[in-house]
Parts: sequence; structure tokens; C-alpha cells
Amino acid sequence: MRKVAVVGVGETKFSGAQTKTGVELFSEAAMDALNESQLKQTDVQALFLGNVLGDFSEGQGSIQAFAAENLGLHNIPANRYEGACASGSIAVRDAFMWVASGFYDIVLAGGVERAATMGTPLATRTFAMFGDSRYEYPSGLTFPGVFGLLTHLYAAKHGIPLPKLKEQMAYTSVQSYHHGKSNAKAHFRKEVSMEDVLKAFMVCTPLQLHDCCPFSDGGAALILASEEVAKKLTSKPVYITGIGQASNGPLSNQNDYLPRIRARELAVEQSYKMSGRKPEDIDVCELHDCFSTAAIIAAECLGFFEYGTAGEAWLKGEADIGGKIAINPSGGLKAKGHPIGATGAGQVYEIAKQLRGEVEPERQVEGAKIGMTDTLGGVGATLCNLILERGW
Amino acid sequence: MEYKLTFQEYNEALKNDKLLGLKCLECGNIIVPPKMVCGKCNSTDMEIIELSGKGKIQTFTTINVAPEGREAEVPYTVVMVELEEGPWLTGNLGGVDPANVTMDIIGKPVIMKDNLVFAGDKYSAGEGASSNFHLVA
Repeated sequence: MRKVAVVGVGETKFSGAQTKTGVELFSEAAMDALNESQLKQTDVQALFLGNVLGDFSEGQGSIQAFAAENLGLHNIPANRYEGACASGSIAVRDAFMWVASGFYDIVLAGGVERAATMGTPLATRTFAMFGDSRYEYPSGLTFPGVFGLLTHLYAAKHGIPLPKLKEQMAYTSVQSYHHGKSNAKAHFRKEVSMEDVLKAFMVCTPLQLHDCCPFSDGGAALILASEEVAKKLTSKPVYITGIGQASNGPLSNQNDYLPRIRARELAVEQSYKMSGRKPEDIDVCELHDCFSTAAIIAAECLGFFEYGTAGEAWLKGEADIGGKIAINPSGGLKAKGHPIGATGAGQVYEIAKQLRGEVEPERQVEGAKIGMTDTLGGVGATLCNLILERGW
Repeated sequence: MEYKLTFQEYNEALKNDKLLGLKCLECGNIIVPPKMVCGKCNSTDMEIIELSGKGKIQTFTTINVAPEGREAEVPYTVVMVELEEGPWLTGNLGGVDPANVTMDIIGKPVIMKDNLVFAGDKYSAGEGASSNFHLVA
């Protein structure tokens, strides 16, 4: 298997409802990635694109083919990936595998979504499609609802009084919004206080407004290349050194592990094993904090903190820049935003920029050499992790 | 190979407050909702059984923001129940004001009755019943 590097990255601003089409959003991100890599359209051999709800948000299926043509990537194979909120990550993972295998040398991967364009009622309905439509949705279970269930279960299993857990959760949002404020690409660019979070509207118990990520529009794109190609293009290749992916069924069938997410633990284990790295080696991690509790659960499954302790670690600053592990210096899903098909590719964009030392100084993790991404799709149905390292 | 207990059969029974599942004849595992193979041993040698509908609440959430088409239903409470027979099942909580559901409800015994039916929308390929759990007095 060959080494594979990220040699170009691009990302739109993540935002609320806006008027650019999915093809336009992805094309903007992709042209930035292509230009940064100094490659030409004719060098790109295939497109791997995460897009979840284009059919619903703008009546567009097969967006990958239209995006390829729009970008001048004439007639290349173009595949669309749907793994709910992990779609961008599984597109990148597949792109990695095809380059690593030697079948392709240069590919474009990424994702795009217009989740905000749908508006809250339709977005809530369509996101609920990533639970079991027959055996979960009749109850009215929404996506915030899934994490409402997991939050109460987490409090009960770990014996943490709910007010204490709520304080920990609120702080994860305060930290995320703080970093989002200095990220030019972030959906929300404002601070929130503990009081703001704890007095906001209750979306579903016990999750309040800032415990939940927004529905966002946005796109992200990456050029992946073989080591041989990468060395000719850049002095700062970012290598993908570990990948992991796993799946799960309906939430209730995961009962042996909940609130731990078994598929995540398997994907994480694959990533660490392949890269030869351990949790303590990771300098910066972009993890899937679609809800405050999702961040806490993810940080534990990733091995950064013991089970039942991540919330406290956040309060102590151990999950922030300068702490034990810098988590979501981009602002994460709650502040940077969550254009679901693009989110995972956006995480890779952030890690590549962090390792290259190219983000805003207020949120730069100084000297970061090894980064990791973590993306959760559906009710823990699709989990994907990537480990990235400086190649210089 | 033919599916042993389809959604349609499961759903028809659930509408009549009967909870059907599968028992694996290889390892004894109980499977709800139904699947092609046993979740523990992958055997297809399973028989249809009726479950008690009794269990204990493991977790809950009260939902205030509805999906499109279900605005009239909020607020409502979704629960996950550990059934007497072992599996967990997602359903609703009936007979309690959603505004008054707190952590105290976790661990409480419940029984399924007066099940609800989501009539379906343009995406759902028809209706779907939901187990409606009530606290045992």
C-alpha cells in the first residue's frame, strides 16, 4: 500500500441558508483545492463526493457527475457517498484507499450540503431518516432526540447528576463558540456564555439550543495524491496515516454498549493500529460534536479521557488548545457548522491547515504534528476516523 | 431466503398491542425488532414469539421541535425500554405529561398498551406503529 497525501484543500464558509447551488458551493471549494495543489483538471482521475440530501434540499440527484463536469473534470468517474453526517469522511476514506492501492495517483474528494436551505421542519424530517424508518421513526424520534436519549443514559450510567452534566455540556459549547468566533469559515462567529447556553430554548430534553449544531450550507474539497506525486508538488504534504470505518444498526440494538458507540470504538481502533499512534500522540482532533453530549462521548471513545470524565476535562481546559488534547479549534459542528455531506471533509481541511500552521493565530495549535478526525453518521450507524500527519 | 417476520406483520400486531419478536432456536437469543438473522449467532433458525410488552425505562427525551408534518404532536416523550425478555426497544411514553418527565423515570417498570400509529407521510412508504409504554402503577 502506498502513502497518500493531502496536497490541496479548499472550503467555503459554512453558513445559514444561502443562494448558491450545491454544484456552485462544491466547485468553489474544489477550485481552491485544485489551485493550491498546482494541478490541472486533466490530472484529476476521479471524484469522491459526500452529499446526503441534495435530492430534498434542491431536487438534485447525482450531484457528483454535474460537479465533475462543472469543474472541467470531463468524463472522470464520479461517485456520491451517503453515510449521513459522515458522508464526507467516507468519501475521503475511499479516495485514500484507491490512491493507496495504486489504482489512481490523483483524486478529488470532498462533500457539499445545503442543509440550512431546507429550513428546520424539512431538515428535522430528513435528518430523522438516518434513524430506522420502520422501527424508530414512528415514535417521532428526531436527531436531537437521539442525543437526548444518550444524554440521560450517560448521566444515569455514570452517576453524574444532570445539573452537573448540563454544566459540563454547556461549557463544551462555550469553548466551541469561542473558537468559531475567530474562524473566518465558521457559521457562527460570536461568543456565548454559560448563562446564554443554560437559559436557551429546550430543543429536546435535556438539550438546549446551543447544545445542538446548526443546519448549515457549505462545501469542502481535498486533492489526494500518491507520495511520489506529492513530493513534486509541495514541501508540506499532509499524509493520511490511519483510517477506520464501521457500521451499526438501530440505536436500541446497540444496547450492550450505549452510551458508548461501538462502531466508533472499532473505527478508532483501526485508525490507531494502522498509524501506529496512540491517543496521547494526537495534538489536535476535530470530532463530531453535533450535540454537546456527542462531543463528550466521542472524546471518551477516541481514548482521550476515561469514560464518564470527559465533561469534567472540558471544564478544566484539558480539551482545549494548550490542554491535554486540542479539540475542535475550528469551532466544531456547533459553531463552525454542519453541512452534513461536507462536514468530514471540512474536518480534514481544518487538520491539514492546523498541521501546516495556517489557521488564524487565536486558534492555532502551535507545533501540531499529528491530527485526527472523527465523524458520526446516523444513530451511530456510520463512523469514520482519519489520522493525518505532517510529512516534513 | 424468505424473511421470517416482516415489518408489515410486526406492525399489524403492534397496532393491536401485540409485540412480536423472534427467538433464535440455535442460541436462545430474543430479537426485537425482527431481523434476517439472529443478532448474536447469525442463525436463520428462528421462530416467531409474542413478547410480554413489559420492561424498564432505560432512558428518555421529551421532544419540542417536530419533524415536518408532525408539528401537532409536540411535546412528546420518546423512551428506550429494556424488555423483560432482554432486548431494548424504542417507543413512546404514554399517560404522563411530557413536561413532567425527569430522570426519576429511569428504571421504572412499564407495560406497553394503547399503541400509537404514525399515519405516514410522503417519504415513509406507509404507516408505522409505535410501542406506547405506560408506568406500572
